[in-house]
Amino acid sequence: MKPQPVALKILNVLSLGLFLAALALVFLYAPLEVTMNYVQKIFYFHVANAWVGMLGFVAAAVAGVIYLVKHDLNWDIIEVSAVEISLVFFLVAILAGSIWARPSWGTYWTWEPRLTTAAILELVYIACLLLRQGIDDPDRRARFSAVYTLLGSISVPITFFSIRLFRTIHPVIIGTGSASSQGSFDMSPKMLVTMFFSLGAFSVIFVTLFWHRIRLGQLSQVVDQRKMEE
Amino acid sequence: MLEYSISIKYMLIGYSAILVVLFIYIASLFVRWRNLQRDLNSLEQTGKKG
Repeated sequence: MKPQPVALKILNVLSLGLFLAALALVFLYAPLEVTMNYVQKIFYFHVANAWVGMLGFVAAAVAGVIYLVKHDLNWDIIEVSAVEISLVFFLVAILAGSIWARPSWGTYWTWEPRLTTAAILELVYIACLLLRQGIDDPDRRARFSAVYTLLGSISVPITFFSIRLFRTIHPVIIGTGSASSQGSFDMSPKMLVTMFFSLGAFSVIFVTLFWHRIRLGQLSQVVDQRKMEE
Repeated sequence: MLEYSISIKYMLIGYSAILVVLFIYIASLFVRWRNLQRDLNSLEQTGKKG
């Protein structure tokens, strides 16, 4: 396996730098929110993780479509890498959101539309990885996975728009939400800067981890081929 | 308004959860890479002996 390309090494350093800078902005630059004060600071990484999670699920669907067209197993590696990384980021978003919800709503979890659709989204893609394990033939597995992620991607817009379409207690920070939302707050310019910086930072971190995971998939493919040759 | 002590407690729990999950995932990438590299090396050595 080839050593890490220079661009990936640069991305490693950049990701770490952006992560630390985002933390610094959250804790040293963004002002305290009046009602929720410190716990509101979870918001910046909660939104950023949810954003890259959803982005990755869409990327997986695109990779799936390309696999169905080209029948190149490299696109299967890209697709499963996107699914795996997105599951991690989306899990972080769900966990962080639940912890934020406890002091804001008085409970870690409630079956309201956003939380329910987010949980379904996470479970849909966990099932994808589990079901893949049950298929031995690489082409059949890749074909199944491509169709699955394509169909699964329908749950991404449903989750995203759930707080705008249904009556929910989940706050809508940008745009107009339900009148029943709890924990909503007005964003000051400094809060907006911090939020968009966090979104950018996590997007770069996503790309870096995605690249590493693709390389891992390629190495796994090489090992499997060698085992077959033995 | 939320009490500062409660708010700080949940903020710390939240950021700890974020950092722990991300750290575990990055560590898992590293461990899986190292194991695969070890497998590849042993396969290559077996191939040379054969």
